[in-house]
Amino acid sequence: MGNQTATNKQLTEQPWLDSTAQPFIVIENVSKHFGDFVAVNNVNLNIYKGELFSILGASGCGKTTLLRMLAGFETPTSGRILIDGIDVTDVPPYWRPVNMMFQSYAIFPHMTVFENVAYGLRKEGVQPAEIEKRVADMLELVQLGGYGKRKPTQLSGGERQRVALARALVKRPKVLLLDEPLAALDKKLREHTQFELMNIQDELGITFVVVTHDQEEAMILSSRIAVMKQGGFIQVGMPKEVYEYPGSRYVADFIGTVNLLEAKIESKDGDQIVAAAPEMANHVRAYTDLQLEVGDSVCIAIRPEKIYISQNEPDNDDDDRVAGVIEDFGYFGNLSLYRVRLESGRIIQVSAQNRRRSVERFLEWDDKVFLSWRVRSAVVLTA
Amino acid sequence: MGQGRGMLWQWFAVAVPYAWLLVFFLAPFVIILKISLADPVIAQPPFTPFIDDQNNLAVTLENFRFLLSDRLYLLTYLNSVMMAGVATLLCLLLGFPMAYGIARSSPVQRNLLLLLVVLPFWISFLLRVYAWMGLLNNHGVINNVLMWLGVIDQPIQILYTNIAIYIGLVYSYLPFMILPLYASLERLDLDLLDAAQDLGATPRQAFWDVTWPLARPGVIAGCLLVFIPATGEYVIPFLLGGPESLMIGRVLFDEFFVNKDWPLASAVAIILLLLIVVPIVLLQRFQSAEDDGART
Ligand SMILES: Nc1ncnc2c1ncn2[C@@H]1O[C@H](COP(=O)(O)OP(=O)(O)O)[C@@H](O)[C@H]1O
Ligand SMILES: [Mg+2]
Repeated sequence: MGNQTATNKQLTEQPWLDSTAQPFIVIENVSKHFGDFVAVNNVNLNIYKGELFSILGASGCGKTTLLRMLAGFETPTSGRILIDGIDVTDVPPYWRPVNMMFQSYAIFPHMTVFENVAYGLRKEGVQPAEIEKRVADMLELVQLGGYGKRKPTQLSGGERQRVALARALVKRPKVLLLDEPLAALDKKLREHTQFELMNIQDELGITFVVVTHDQEEAMILSSRIAVMKQGGFIQVGMPKEVYEYPGSRYVADFIGTVNLLEAKIESKDGDQIVAAAPEMANHVRAYTDLQLEVGDSVCIAIRPEKIYISQNEPDNDDDDRVAGVIEDFGYFGNLSLYRVRLESGRIIQVSAQNRRRSVERFLEWDDKVFLSWRVRSAVVLTA
Repeated sequence: MGQGRGMLWQWFAVAVPYAWLLVFFLAPFVIILKISLADPVIAQPPFTPFIDDQNNLAVTLENFRFLLSDRLYLLTYLNSVMMAGVATLLCLLLGFPMAYGIARSSPVQRNLLLLLVVLPFWISFLLRVYAWMGLLNNHGVINNVLMWLGVIDQPIQILYTNIAIYIGLVYSYLPFMILPLYASLERLDLDLLDAAQDLGATPRQAFWDVTWPLARPGVIAGCLLVFIPATGEYVIPFLLGGPESLMIGRVLFDEFFVNKDWPLASAVAIILLLLIVVPIVLLQRFQSAEDDGART
């Protein structure tokens, strides 16, 4: 019984695991060509109600184009888009139950904050008294109460961002599309706004689709992430999955920092492999579900924070290890980053928490160190 | 020392435009105003001096009284303003889509189109108006083509009518409408139009809610640049208009050079100036008040 409810709860929170759940947004074989150039290439995706879904990719990979197709500004060259069960592929933007927050914010410069936020309601024909109330409530929600009479030129970057958010949300769309919502803000404000955005999404229960090139932002915000490359998705999953179980070198490298080691499988025992990594001077062990044979070339990915660094040789044979010399390091307050040169000349990146308070350095340049990691921390990649 | 020089430069930069206006605008205006208050005489100069032999001020408002009591002059003023107004409206109707098209075209095309807009300026204004006489007269290109096409069987009188004046005004002043409109439309962020549509506006509503208000400075600048010179236009009504065409520029010319009545001609000019400047000042007042109202 207890087990049963736990599973149900999991399925409500992670509907993509439930094969019977109805997706809220369906993107079906969608492509977009600009002349000969393929900006979006045969994309398939289901997004569920209430998700905060991120589309993550390098600049120019087609994120904005995909978002603009969801908003209705671009018509797909092929494929179709369904929102809440209705095919909206040919529905113009002004009839879609969707609102967008633009990368440039696109605030009307000739209107006050109030008029900007009220614009969408006026177009809907909402009664003036209700407009007054809904705009005031929305400005309160984004902490801009009392800003109604201001002109956009009198607002800071963060305030403009919140006007854009309020203007898109006040129409109570079924889906809110956000194109790089935080890119124009400075670091401190960005961190603060990330949480604000999550709170608002939680409060209103609106499905958010966020486009970003900032992997950290995607990790913090999202229920799920789609990693995009050259117009296509190469991995879709929860932030943890994408980070801990990347499906390819590109994803492992794009999301966070990673050490990638080329290796060749020498022996295999169930799901454990032993691979020769020339750069390591010794063998590397790893676990994988992939169907691999002895002799296959693979790539072993190890995250910097999964590696322990010490001056004494570890005596735990359950872990893999390698010796090296500190080439360089950086102190970041909460943690330190080390670049360790192996005998082969290969540089391995390691990060370590600065648990002890001390101005004296624990490790110096040219110190001889040992790196070790749990075998389970190594990820086997073939793509 | 260096700061002193900086101050000097600053002062200089402010002083130059003022000096320009003083020498080339205010001084001639004062001279014309002075002449307009004199009586005509057959002499050199052809008007009575400002201060007479007895060292008394010799001013008369007779010219203004005459102008304001003569129906023909009033009608001419009214007609000039009306024709300039219609020409301005036509320029706006033609120029807006053209400026919009130029602003939306690719950068290469855009430069080419802008070049085409200003290209006529390479030929003297007078020559171009003369060319229109050739196009519009009864045996001109337009009539010949229309007859050849069978649209008409005998020439229609275009030259020496108000239609010809309108054609001349719109043709001559269209670039002055297009260029400021282009400048404000080119700056328009296209995301704003998408945002309006995203919020539920049809493309037409988005135009009136976003494009039009943001293009308004360009519209106002273009309309002033067309309306002001068109009101006082002399060459076009003289060459293309009929003898009965009532444009104040022609009256002004005739009073100065045909009737040699300088004081009356000066009074005509002063009233023309007031007729144009007063509404503009009011308009600007109104606009800056509106901006202030929106800002606070
Ligand atoms: N209207 C368009 N015409 C031609 N090419 C376009 C157009 N819009 C986008 N592109 C191209 O499509 C690619 C993807 O653009 P975009 O979706 O904006 O990328 P992202 O948002 O991921 O940075 C870019 O190479 C861009 O130059
Ligand atoms: Mg983009």
